[in-house]
Amino acid sequence: MTSAKTLLLDYTLGLADDALVSAQRMGWWISRAPELEEDVALANIGLDQLGQARSLLTYAGQLEGVGRTEDDLAYLRDERDFRNVKLVERPMTDFGVAMARLLVFATYQLHLYRGLSVSSDDTLSGVAAKAVKEVAYHVDHAAHWVLRLGDGTEESHARMQAALDAEWPYVDELFAPLDPSLAGHVADPAALREDVLTDVRRVVTEATLSMPEVSPALGGGREGLHTEHLGYLLAELQHLHRSHPGATW
Amino acid sequence: MASTGSTDGKNPDPTGSGRRWPLWEVFVRARRGLSHVHAGSLHAPDAEMALRNARDLYTRRGEGVSLWVVRSSDIEASTPDERDSFFDPAADKIYRHPTFYDVPEGVEHL
Repeated sequence: MTSAKTLLLDYTLGLADDALVSAQRMGWWISRAPELEEDVALANIGLDQLGQARSLLTYAGQLEGVGRTEDDLAYLRDERDFRNVKLVERPMTDFGVAMARLLVFATYQLHLYRGLSVSSDDTLSGVAAKAVKEVAYHVDHAAHWVLRLGDGTEESHARMQAALDAEWPYVDELFAPLDPSLAGHVADPAALREDVLTDVRRVVTEATLSMPEVSPALGGGREGLHTEHLGYLLAELQHLHRSHPGATW
Repeated sequence: MASTGSTDGKNPDPTGSGRRWPLWEVFVRARRGLSHVHAGSLHAPDAEMALRNARDLYTRRGEGVSLWVVRSSDIEASTPDERDSFFDPAADKIYRHPTFYDVPEGVEHL
């Protein structure tokens, strides 16, 4: 029987790792975006996500109660200890994919953080209340690009649809149900499904795209079962800290 | 940001039909009660994205509470050739400046 505290720790790590891994993927775009302006925008979004990850990892360290800091958790855990969904860990080197993923992920975060902002957990509600404004902007940014690319040229339409199709098998994992012993204490991802998909559908439809109809991929991210891509991502993320333990600015 | 090298504020590609996005001028209001002040320029495919790019480029350190963006090609600017006819006549009309009044002692806030 897993204690409620362990479950809350896993839940918090899930939120934290989603944000951390997503931030790392977003960072890939720095110097690679189509224009300098978009470069800065994506870097800002990644930094917002990193900020959320830092607060959440610090809290996870407190919940765990063995003195691990945000850096310990970010840099010294191995792949199997990460609790993020597979949606955020896969490579994101196509601009359409980046915008499709950001639309889905930020919309999910927006509803999740809104729910958490009224949670009985003071730390989570505080982090969430601050993050709601950030992710609302991320949704807005992604939606504007999905609209322009979907309802743009024949080429951009086809590529935007292909990007949505590629991300869609990994959307389902976001809505894994909450352990019953945490019910009423924190936001239940399963309860967000309709709201998130309704918001995404509105943008997708307006962009003259269609909602993909594909089977979900195998989940498991929340249990530490990841795609091969996470290991490479962590190698890059953790390399400096592991080579120079305790390095600071 | 401004990288076209043009000095007259004209957009070399006013219709945005080329590969590059058109240029926009950004105006930021720092606080309520102040005017919008020109902050710089940027590239964006359309007005909505220009506003968002302006938010990311010019207000990310809390510089403003309101933003305007204007297509650079929509700004009609005076040129150096016109400088004499535009601005010189103002120089010798000293009576336009409020320098001929004695301010009574003890008047505050003037």
